[in-house]
Amino acid sequence: MPEHEIVGAEELKDTSDHDKIAIETSGAVGEVLLEVDHVTLRFGGVVALNDVNFDIRRGEILGLIGPNGAGKTTCFNAMTGVYTPTEGTIRFKDQEIAGTKPHRINHLGIARTFQNIRLFPEMSALENVMVGCDARHKTSVLGVLFRAYRVRPSEGELPKSGIRRSFAKVFGISRHTLEERAGRRRSMELLRFVGIADRAHEVARNLPYGYQRRLEIARALATEPELICLDEPAAGFNPAEKEDLMGLIRRIRDLGHTVLVIEHDMKLVLGVTDRIVVLEFGQKIAEGTPEEVARNPKVIAAYLGEPDDAA
Amino acid sequence: MDFDALINGLDRHTLDGITRGSIYALVALGYTMVYGVMKLINFAHSEVFMVGTWTVLGTYTVLGATAGMGVGMVIAATLLALLAAMLASAGTALAVERIAYRPLRKKGAPPLIFLITGIGCSLVLVETFGQVLRAFFGPPFGRVTVNIPSVIETKVVFTIPGIDLPVTNTRLLIIIGAIVMMIALDTFVNKSRLGRGVRAVAQDPDTASLMGVNQERVIMLVFVLGGAMAGVAALLFTIQYDITKFDIGFIIGIKAFTAAVLGGIGNLRGALVGGLLLGVVEVYASQIWDSSWTDVTAFIVLVLVLMFRPTGLLGESLGKARA
Repeated sequence: MPEHEIVGAEELKDTSDHDKIAIETSGAVGEVLLEVDHVTLRFGGVVALNDVNFDIRRGEILGLIGPNGAGKTTCFNAMTGVYTPTEGTIRFKDQEIAGTKPHRINHLGIARTFQNIRLFPEMSALENVMVGCDARHKTSVLGVLFRAYRVRPSEGELPKSGIRRSFAKVFGISRHTLEERAGRRRSMELLRFVGIADRAHEVARNLPYGYQRRLEIARALATEPELICLDEPAAGFNPAEKEDLMGLIRRIRDLGHTVLVIEHDMKLVLGVTDRIVVLEFGQKIAEGTPEEVARNPKVIAAYLGEPDDAA
Repeated sequence: MDFDALINGLDRHTLDGITRGSIYALVALGYTMVYGVMKLINFAHSEVFMVGTWTVLGTYTVLGATAGMGVGMVIAATLLALLAAMLASAGTALAVERIAYRPLRKKGAPPLIFLITGIGCSLVLVETFGQVLRAFFGPPFGRVTVNIPSVIETKVVFTIPGIDLPVTNTRLLIIIGAIVMMIALDTFVNKSRLGRGVRAVAQDPDTASLMGVNQERVIMLVFVLGGAMAGVAALLFTIQYDITKFDIGFIIGIKAFTAAVLGGIGNLRGALVGGLLLGVVEVYASQIWDSSWTDVTAFIVLVLVLMFRPTGLLGESLGKARA
């Protein structure tokens, strides 16, 4: 049995309205968004990250590469609150986030996908994305339970039929209902954006592999992150799908997100990123534009073995 | 063995079983929701129910409600008792979470520790409650069974034609009340934003948290909802049985836990199925043999069901419960 279904590229066209899903950013392109400041992370005697130091600038696509076990995912985990750095700190929009709870960091504006797909398997694709949208909703627990917070609805939000329409005119519509509708619309739009809206109501675990990968991206985008971290988004993709993904990553940046991507496929990384940081054995060994990194002897050695051996 | 007694009154006994089972099912929701989200059996949940029954008695006493009042007063007293019991039970559940579980969670304690704290918490609540009652109110309060006024006068409201089965207002209230609460909860979990958060945490807590779901808030929510359901169950129980006791929660708690496992723990609809099945089996057993065999039969049925369906009858998780 094949590991995953190959999805034809023409099915994955973005049919969304970009104006509806673009995010508001709080700063100018080019300024530092996230700063990894001399971070060291030790697990017992194992040093997973050793004095790693780099920053991510607003509006760029930054690649984080390195051989297996170099500490790329660990670095993601430190940035998203799964681990707290042993030494050093991480600043996001000039705010220290090392040691902050994951859901708080998400609310601040960092979202991620996972190397091993981690969807909510029993929810539909749409619901998965809606969980992401929920992170931005304002109604409190009591507001949801009792629908007490009423909002005067616009004409378009009013029900069409008689009694319910009159009721909504007099008492308004609960903010929860409006947020729920807005979340649903935005989620659908995001599914269109990543090109999988045709199977929005299917349970996530039944979706083909390529769809699941894209669904994770849509869910992360739903939390309206200023920084989105993609952990090996092309793992298991064929060349056509990889080509597609490169387009998707660029379009994500065009929506206003800053993108950090971990990837093994050098062609993809060199093709899509503005800058690259290279890790090896938990240490940064190089940083620069794709051309610089591709020429860097240390990087070549890390990927191909020592030059002597290669010769 | 007396199958005649069962067969002759099969309709009546079934109705009896469903009434009993409805109460089990409501209490079972508390076990099942907490388990679904935290993979933890909250053994103190039985005391959440116990507090509910005493709150009903307290409310009736304060209001001076007794049997034979006017219809308006009966409705008012019952609704107030319901509200008070739901609040008290939800409050107790929340307190248990805060005091017994949250500190452990913060320290990352292994699951076994939660289990033993839960049992300890249950015992402390029961015994303290008994002592406090005696200290404040003196005998007959304390460790004995206390009567609760039957505010709602039992009347036959209609007879099911064909089988001539009289249905009383209290039974009707219990069954409808339980079903309405279950539908409300099911809708909440499947259709609302908070429910989506609950399901997300049940399916993958770490990922949910990385997607912005506040796990602590979801945990609080399931304790409060489970507690409120136990409060409803407490009112319905007092309507049917007119009594309470300081350790009334123990046996109901064990039965409700059994019902939850029978239906598939972690599954809301499983709690309903398990509760009703358990209630009916118990009543049938008490007719075939006598009431001392009720529990034996109930647990034999549990073991048999689990032998063939180890995950319970509906065998899904809270996360999987979908509309």
